[in-house]
Amino acid sequence: MTPSDNTTMQNILSGDYYTNNFTLSPAAEGDTLVLNLGPQHPSTHGVLRVVVELDGEYILKAEPVLGYIHRMHEKMGEVKTYAQYLPNMGRVDYLHALAWNWAYVAAVEKLAGVAVPLRAEYIRVITCELNRISSHLLWWGAYLLDLGAFTPILYAFADREKIMDILQIVTGSRLTYCYYRFGGVSADITPDFIDMTREFVGYMRDRLPMYKTFVTENMILRGRCVDIGVLSKEMAVRYGATGPVLRGSGVAHDTRKIEPYSIYDRFDFDIPVGKNGDAMDRYDVRIAEIQESLRIIEQALATLPAGDYLNPDVPERITPPKGEVYFAVEGARGKIGIYIVSDGGIKPYRLKLRAPGFSNLHLFAELSQGTILADAVSILGSLDLVIPEIDR
Amino acid sequence: MKIMTNYSNAIKGLLGLLKGLKITGVEFFKPQLTIHYPRKEVTNLATYRGHIDLVAKEDAPLEPKCIICGKCAEVCPSACISMEMHVKGEQSFASPAECRTITVGHGIEIPFSGLRLPPAEVIERELDSFNLDYNYCSLCGLCVQICPVGSLTFSKDSYLAGTARKNFEFDLLQRLRERSRRSSQTTTAQEKR
Ligand code: SF4
Ligand code: SF4
Repeated sequence: MTPSDNTTMQNILSGDYYTNNFTLSPAAEGDTLVLNLGPQHPSTHGVLRVVVELDGEYILKAEPVLGYIHRMHEKMGEVKTYAQYLPNMGRVDYLHALAWNWAYVAAVEKLAGVAVPLRAEYIRVITCELNRISSHLLWWGAYLLDLGAFTPILYAFADREKIMDILQIVTGSRLTYCYYRFGGVSADITPDFIDMTREFVGYMRDRLPMYKTFVTENMILRGRCVDIGVLSKEMAVRYGATGPVLRGSGVAHDTRKIEPYSIYDRFDFDIPVGKNGDAMDRYDVRIAEIQESLRIIEQALATLPAGDYLNPDVPERITPPKGEVYFAVEGARGKIGIYIVSDGGIKPYRLKLRAPGFSNLHLFAELSQGTILADAVSILGSLDLVIPEIDR
Repeated sequence: MKIMTNYSNAIKGLLGLLKGLKITGVEFFKPQLTIHYPRKEVTNLATYRGHIDLVAKEDAPLEPKCIICGKCAEVCPSACISMEMHVKGEQSFASPAECRTITVGHGIEIPFSGLRLPPAEVIERELDSFNLDYNYCSLCGLCVQICPVGSLTFSKDSYLAGTARKNFEFDLLQRLRERSRRSSQTTTAQEKR
C-alpha cells in the first residue's frame, strides 16, 4: 500500500494512519496478514500497539506504535517550578519511581550546587534498591503471566507487598512515590523501617531458591525462553539498549559502576551479565540483580550514619543558575537520564527525559523478525517495558 | 543415543514440574495472606498518607495553626489549595487589595501565582475557608513540608470513596472544626459519666 492511495474509501475504512501507511515487508510472498497487537492486549502491559505482518505464524515485520499514553511530561517541566515537578517523577515509570525521583533531584542538585547529607544518600540507596527489587518482582510475575503461568505472579505480589509496606513507612504511598527532595529526602527512616528491611533481606534470600526450583528450572519456561530473541552485543549497543537488556547480552554496563553516582562506590556488588543474549539470559540477569540489590541494602544498613536527612539550607524556591546539566542513574530498566536547561528562573527552560524503555522497545522490531508470534510475546515481555515511561 | 538423552531430558523436566507442584501444594496449606476487606482491615494504616488536613492550635482546638501565608497554595503542583480570608476587624473583604482572596485556581500559568502575602504581623487576617480540591492532589507532600508553622498534616482517610467530584472538594477549616467539636463532645460525655 502506498501513501498516495490511502484516501480511497476502502482504505479509510480499513484502519488508521499507521495501518494505512504500513509498508509491507519486501520479503513478503503471496498473501500476508497485517495484524494489530494492542493497544489493548494482555501482553503489551499498558497501551502499546505493535503492527505486525504475519506470514502464517511467522512475523515478517513488526512496527511499534507509540503515543497512546503520552502525557507531555517534558512540556509540563517547563511550566512548573522545580519543586512542583517532583510528583511527575513518580509517574513516568511507576514501577521504579524512586530511580526517576533520584535522577531528577540529583540533576537539579548538581545544577544548583546543593549538598546532600550523607545519611540522605544512604536512605536514597536503600529505598531505591528496595524499589528496584519490587520492580523486578513485578516484571517476573507479569512475564510469566505472559507466558501462560498464572501462579508465580501471586508469589511475586506477596513478596512485593512486603516492600510496599516498608516503603509506605517513609514515603506514605505504595506506588507513585514522591519521596526525594532537593538536598535529601522528605522523611527520615524509622527504627521500624530498618528492622523490617533487615528482616526482608533475609526473607527474600530464602525465597529466591524457591523461585528457582519453582520457575527457573521449569522445562516449559525454559522452552519459551532459551534461545528465544537472541540479542547480539552489537545490536544491543547499536540500539542504545541499557539495563538488564544490555547486560543480558554480555555487556557489563551499569551506571552504578561505570559512572558511580551518590555513594555507590562504597558498596561491594557485582554486575550480573548473560552470555547468549536470549530471553533466558535477561531473565537470569534480573533475578541475579535482586540478589545484588539485597547485598547493597545489607551493606548500607550496616554502615548507615547518623545526621540530617534533608539539607536545611535548601531554599524554599530553588533557582539554579543559568546553565545546563545531565544526570543519569541506573533504573530497573536501564539508564535514566535527565537533561535540564536553566535560564536562571524559577522553572526549567527545557527538560528532557531519557527513558531506557524507549531504546529497549525499538529493538523489538528487528528482534522479532522471523520469529513466531508466540515467541514475540516472550521477547516483548523479556524487554520489561513500562509504556508510560516510553511515551512520557 | 539421541533417544536416550531425549528421555532423560523429559524425565528431568517432569521432575522439575513435580517440584513446582510440591511448592504449590505446600503453599496451599499455609495461612492465607489476603486480607478480606471489608470484613478485615489492614494494620498498617498509621503510615498511610491520605489527603491533607489542618492542624489545630494546642490551646484553641477550633482554630488552625495556619497563619495564612499562602505558601502551600503557591507550591502545590496541581493548584489544589485555595483559601478565603478577611482582614481582622473588617467584615467586608476590602483593602488591601492583594490580601483578599488568594486566587490560585486552574489558570493558564499552571500553578505558580507569584503571589506572596505580606507577613501576618503587617496585616492581621482571619481564615474564612481553606479549600482543598482533592481531585487534583497527587499526595506529593510539598504543602506539608513547606508550611512554616506545621499547620498541615496527612489524614489517614484511606477508604475515601465518592461518586462525584464534589465528594472530593473539602473545606478543611470546616472539617477541622467538626472534628474538634466531635472530639470535645465525646470527652465531655466521658466526663459526665
Ligand atoms: S499534597 Fe501536593 S498535590 Fe496535594 S495539596 Fe499538597 S502540594 Fe498539592
Ligand atoms: S503554608 Fe501553612 S501557614 Fe501558610 S497558608 Fe498554608 S497552611 Fe497556612
